[in-house]
Amino acid sequence: MSGVRVLAGTRKGAFVMTSDAKREQWEIAGPHFAGWEIYHLKGSPADPNRLYASQSSGWFGQVMQRSNDGGKTWEQVGGEFAYDGVPGTHQWYDGTPHPWEFKRVWHLEPSLTDPDTVYAGVEDAALFRSTDGGRSWAELPGLRRHGSGPAWQPGAGGMCLHTILQDPSHAERIFIAISAAGVFRTDDTGKTWRPVNRGLKSEQIPDPDAEVGHCVHRIAMHRSRPGVLFMQKHWDVMRSDDAGESWQEVSGNLPTDFGFPIDVHAHEPDTIYVVPIKSDSEHYPPDGKLRVYRSRTGGNEWEALTKGLPQRDCYVNVLRDAMAVDSLDSCGVYFGTTGGQVYASANAGDSWAPIVRDLPPVLSVEVQTLP
Amino acid sequence: MIRVELPAHLRTLAQVDGEVKLEVGGRITQRSVLDALEAVYPMLRGTIRDHGTQQRRAFVRFFACEEDLSHAPPDAPLPDAVAIGAEPFLVVGAMAGG
Repeated sequence: MSGVRVLAGTRKGAFVMTSDAKREQWEIAGPHFAGWEIYHLKGSPADPNRLYASQSSGWFGQVMQRSNDGGKTWEQVGGEFAYDGVPGTHQWYDGTPHPWEFKRVWHLEPSLTDPDTVYAGVEDAALFRSTDGGRSWAELPGLRRHGSGPAWQPGAGGMCLHTILQDPSHAERIFIAISAAGVFRTDDTGKTWRPVNRGLKSEQIPDPDAEVGHCVHRIAMHRSRPGVLFMQKHWDVMRSDDAGESWQEVSGNLPTDFGFPIDVHAHEPDTIYVVPIKSDSEHYPPDGKLRVYRSRTGGNEWEALTKGLPQRDCYVNVLRDAMAVDSLDSCGVYFGTTGGQVYASANAGDSWAPIVRDLPPVLSVEVQTLP
Repeated sequence: MIRVELPAHLRTLAQVDGEVKLEVGGRITQRSVLDALEAVYPMLRGTIRDHGTQQRRAFVRFFACEEDLSHAPPDAPLPDAVAIGAEPFLVVGAMAGG
C-alpha cells in the first residue's frame, strides 16, 4: 500500500513521519541528531531509501549524514566544503567587501537519476556537488565566478544558496536561487551560469531592477512544465514562462505578497501555494490568522485556505524550505512553522490537520511518496 | 594514556561514552593530542578545528588543570598532569546559550 514519508529539519534535530495514503495516522521518529540544527534533509528520487541530511552547529560546524534505509539509521559522511581557489569577497550588509566564508549547508538536492550524486547549496553562497554519496564535495565555481559575485549581499538569514531546481527535460539545465543575489541558470551542468532576473523589482537595492541583488526567497517548478517557474520574492510573487528569461508579478489579490515558501501542486501545474507573511519586519501571518493561499490559475487569483489552521492569535512564520507536496491522488500539501507545528492536507489544501504540534522551530519540510 | 573529555554533541558523533583515552607519541601538545583524537575518531575532523586552517573553531575552548588553554600555541606542551594521564584535556563548547 502506498504511503508518504515526511522529513522535517528543525533547530534541534530531524524528525521522520510516516503514514499510509490516507495521511490521517502518523508515526513520528526522532529526534535524529538531537540538539543539532538540521537545515534540510531530502531523499533521492532515484532511490527513496537514500536520504541526505545537513547537520550543523554554531559550535562544531558542518556534518553531513546519509541514510540507506529511509532514515532508520544514519552514517556520517564528508563535511568538508572548501571553496575553489581564493574565495574573494562579496558585499557585507553595509555594502563593504567581506570575505567569502563557509558557514553551513542550507539545501540538499539529490540528482534525479543517480542516488550517489547530490547538490548542496551553502552559505556563503556557492553550489557544491558530491558524486560519491556525500563523502566528498567539490564546488561548481562557475557560479561564484560568473562576474557578479562581488556584488552579492546577505539577506537577513545570511547569504545562502537555498534553492536548487533540476530541469527534468534538460539534464544540463539547473536553476539556483540566492538570497540576496537572485536566480541563476546553467545550461551546461554547472560549468557556466548567468543571472535570470529580468522583471524583478526590489526597492531595497540601489537600482531596483538591477541584474543581481534581489532577495529571492524561493522558486518552484512543475516537472511536467519546467520552463514555467514561480517565485516568492522578499516582496512580490512572480512567474516566468520562459525559463527565467523574464518575470511577471502575479501577486494579485494576496493580502500581502511577502513570504518565504512557494510550491506547485503535483498534478496541476497551474495550482500554486504560498503563505503570506505580514512584512519583512513582522514575520508572522496578517491578523494572527495562519492562511495558505492557493491559486488555480498560476497566480493573480488567490483563495485563502483556512480549514483546520489557527485563525486567531497565531504568530508563527513558515520558512522557505518548509513546504512540500506529495504525488498521491489527491495531492498532499505539507508545511512546518517556527512554532514547531507540521501541518498536512490530504486534499490539496482544502483542509488541514497537524501531524505534530510541538517540535522545535521547523526549518525544512520534505515529503516522499512511497510505493 | 592521555585522557580527553569531549562535549556531549561530539561524544554522540564519536559514539563514545565518558572519557576518551588515547596513545599519543612524542611531545604532548594540543596538536598532537587532537591529531591522535582525529586519527582514532575521523568523524570529529572539522568539528574542533577548521578543516582547512586547522585552527580551533571559534566556539570551542580547551581547558586543563583549571586553566584556559584555548589561546595557547598548539605546539606548546600541555601540563604534566595531562601528559601523565592524571588530569583530562577538556574540549568544551563555549557557553553561548542555545
